[in-house]
Amino acid sequence: MGEDEPLLIARQPLQSRLISGTGGFASLELMAQALAASGSEIATVALRRIDPAARGSLLDVLTEAGVRLLPNTAGCHTARDAVITAKMAREAFGTDWVKLEVIGDTETLLPDAPELLRAAEELIADSFTVLPYTTDDPVLARRLEDLGCAAVMPLGSPIGSGMGIRNPYNLALIREAVRVPVILDAGIGSASDASLAMELGCDAVMVASAISRAQDPVTMALAMRHAVHAGRLAHRAGRIPRRLHAQASTPEEGLAQLG
Amino acid sequence: MIVLNGDAMQLPAGSSLLDALAQIGITPQSRGVAVAVDGEVVPRTHWEAYSLHDGARVEALTATQGG
Repeated sequence: MGEDEPLLIARQPLQSRLISGTGGFASLELMAQALAASGSEIATVALRRIDPAARGSLLDVLTEAGVRLLPNTAGCHTARDAVITAKMAREAFGTDWVKLEVIGDTETLLPDAPELLRAAEELIADSFTVLPYTTDDPVLARRLEDLGCAAVMPLGSPIGSGMGIRNPYNLALIREAVRVPVILDAGIGSASDASLAMELGCDAVMVASAISRAQDPVTMALAMRHAVHAGRLAHRAGRIPRRLHAQASTPEEGLAQLG
Repeated sequence: MIVLNGDAMQLPAGSSLLDALAQIGITPQSRGVAVAVDGEVVPRTHWEAYSLHDGARVEALTATQGG
């Protein structure tokens, strides 16, 4: 098998198929070490009110790490809030990429589909590169692609839940339904979840809490890096079909008659 | 009176957005900062010329850790 092709998001080639979140780390130093271990080329950031007393610059650390910033609209509950937040991110960071989140429920943090579509449409009309956080609904994924989203980011399970991929069939259907990259977002708990996402055909995986809130975030970042790589290789290699009964790999022919 | 990041602030009449932001140590040279007034983004090149009306709601945001 030849070398893997780079992942292309909005014509930007990426060698790493693991996107890292920056939230939840105990310190910026730990975040930097975990980012390095993950091999990620993209890291998400959020926008919040300036705290004049804040110490250390997140931006400086991320610049030093050499990652591309992917601002999110976390915490936005309406299309209007998400659009303004994306515009502020473009002003603050000089990027038109945005991980578009429009939350519809405070308990589950599940996306609000109508508001998400509205925000995506408005941002794409304003030349943004939109990567929407979406449910694992193949129809919604296709609608988002039709609007011009650069990728879709379906959830495996609710944000920060660590529940893994609750509906692998839907993810496989999303992979069939759209041509843009599919990035599994939310719900990853451990390395096996990241591998499964890649085996199902996802083009990349986004991990935040599973790394930052692990007991040893740097080691977990390394585990995720290997898991994404292994899952990608397995997907390209093509797995065997599942069978109810055993199928021996050792030939019957030539078996000794011993009794 | 204006509201900057949720806090009421008294400013002399005719104050600009630049003046208000200076109160929390923000200048046009500050990295990774974006400002909106009443829900509209104001590019940093416009801060000096932007006169704040009484009751203006100013949001000054920057990068924070997040997924």
